[in-house]
Amino acid sequence: MRYSGLKVITEGLFGNKGWTPAWRDPAPKAEYDVVIIGGGGHGLSTAYYLAKNHGITNVAVLEKGYLGGGNVGRNTTIVRANYFLPGNSEFYSHSLKLWEGLEADLNYNVMHSQRGLINLFHSDGQRDAFARRGNAMINQGDDAVLLDREGVREHLPYLDFEQTRFPIYGGLLHPRGGSARHDAVAWGYARGADRRGVDLIQNCEVTGIDIENGVVRGVQTTRGAIRAKKVAIVVAGRSSQVAAMAGMRLPIESHVLQAFVTEGLKPVINHVVSFGMGHFYISQSDKGGLVFGGDLDFYASYAARGNLPMVEHVMEAGMTLMPMIGRAKVLRSWGGIMDMSPDGSPVIDKTHVEGLFLDCGWNYGGFKAVPASGWCMAHLMATGESHEVARKFRLDRFATGHLLDEEGTGSQHNLH
Amino acid sequence: MRLTCPLCGERDRREFYYYGAEDFLRRPEAEAPLADWDNYLHLRDNPAGVTRDLWYHEAGCSQWLLVTRNTVTHEISGVELVAERKA
Ligand SMILES: Cc1cc2nc3c(=O)[nH]c(=O)nc-3n(C[C@H](O)[C@H](O)[C@H](O)COP(=O)(O)OP(=O)(O)OC[C@H]3O[C@@H](n4cnc5c(N)ncnc54)[C@H](O)[C@@H]3O)c2cc1C
Ligand SMILES: [Zn+2]
Repeated sequence: MRYSGLKVITEGLFGNKGWTPAWRDPAPKAEYDVVIIGGGGHGLSTAYYLAKNHGITNVAVLEKGYLGGGNVGRNTTIVRANYFLPGNSEFYSHSLKLWEGLEADLNYNVMHSQRGLINLFHSDGQRDAFARRGNAMINQGDDAVLLDREGVREHLPYLDFEQTRFPIYGGLLHPRGGSARHDAVAWGYARGADRRGVDLIQNCEVTGIDIENGVVRGVQTTRGAIRAKKVAIVVAGRSSQVAAMAGMRLPIESHVLQAFVTEGLKPVINHVVSFGMGHFYISQSDKGGLVFGGDLDFYASYAARGNLPMVEHVMEAGMTLMPMIGRAKVLRSWGGIMDMSPDGSPVIDKTHVEGLFLDCGWNYGGFKAVPASGWCMAHLMATGESHEVARKFRLDRFATGHLLDEEGTGSQHNLH
Repeated sequence: MRLTCPLCGERDRREFYYYGAEDFLRRPEAEAPLADWDNYLHLRDNPAGVTRDLWYHEAGCSQWLLVTRNTVTHEISGVELVAERKA
């Protein structure tokens, strides 16, 4: 069924009885050309672009829980292309362009809102670093505006500019940055893939990967064995466990990242604001809730919940930056499991097993990457060659020393 | 979350700095093959379950601790001083 404004109106007039499920619920077949392990944003977009760009439709996405139940439905939805390093810069630029056409392409409202992202800075040295980053963004063809303190004040009059610990010197505005509705992104890709013939199979956990003479043959699952010519591991925080089924030890440590949302309020925060020095960032959802978060809990964890010290830290940082939010009531907090890599950048690559592919290491920035990651993963699986914007996301870059350490913090997984 | 430091007793998580998996204790020789360095710096077992990792008692006795804990439940089952560990 195609969605349209007219459809909404006619369904409204006739009791909304004509809507059909957005995707089928098929039983797994015995064999597929491609099996994708993981029904998060990256797995679903990989399936979608395999079908759309490469005509490969005999594909199954195997999800151990329900579609969108992982990080794709737990993140704080910031979409941006403000990377500095060659390798990252062209990839996220490509992703942002895909975002800009995504709703029309998917025929699905993902509520992508380019409301502008402002990264604050608090010293002369930081201003120089942000100016340099802004220039890199402009060189890449994206947009960046360096704001002085008064420039920030025009956009964000409610900040505490005089705070003694980190007085605000200015900010880097990325006008095309913004946010989107996370669940809708998963659902839109799921529906788009399903409509092109992809089987989305939920409650189907992969428990083993079948390999014969160095070639992948299929997977073992809680719903039986499934043969496949090609298999993709796209399981975010669970990457180490699933890759271990193929005898691999990954450069990944899993960490919990928390987020928070308040009760719905009238519009107060129009941008996405990030306060790096305080480890705090915030935006307001279209429903009115203030959505905010901070840094990792910092120790390796698979618990989809965090600890109190980080809750306290995030609240303190928020109060330091914008005391006006102090009366808002926090409704919920939650955590998601991040696949932290030692340089903070991802992997989209083949593996030592023929026909087995790997997409992981998204740290806490993989939501904005959903379109380009699926695009590049599909390209790699269909053609056997890395896509030109994902050329540097190699698995062997750690061994060869070609790290993509965007933040320059060194080989410690939790520092990125 | 609280850790029981062998020297200071049970203390708040905020007194400690987390470094990473115990792999960091097995530093290769400077001239070791690159694969050993890759293994040491980057590759991790990353278990969902019992793990051993390094914590530093920053706001306490300044000792490095080897902590045995569960990454799924956050339960802590042992803390020993790195300086006194048996190889
Ligand atoms: C609190 C928080 C805030 C974030 N904020 C942002 C942000 O503002 N901007 C941004 O760009 N990114 C953000 N991220 C990061 C982003 O959400 C992730 O990088 C991204 O969603 C990971 O990719 P995914 O969507 O494919 O993961 P997931 O949705 O986690 O998908 C992986 C799927 O694999 C499934 N799976 C695992 N093991 C198996 C198995 N054995 N068999 C079958 N299925 C399996 C899981 O059930 C899961 O559904 C944030 C993350 C969190 C937690
Ligand atoms: Zn101590």
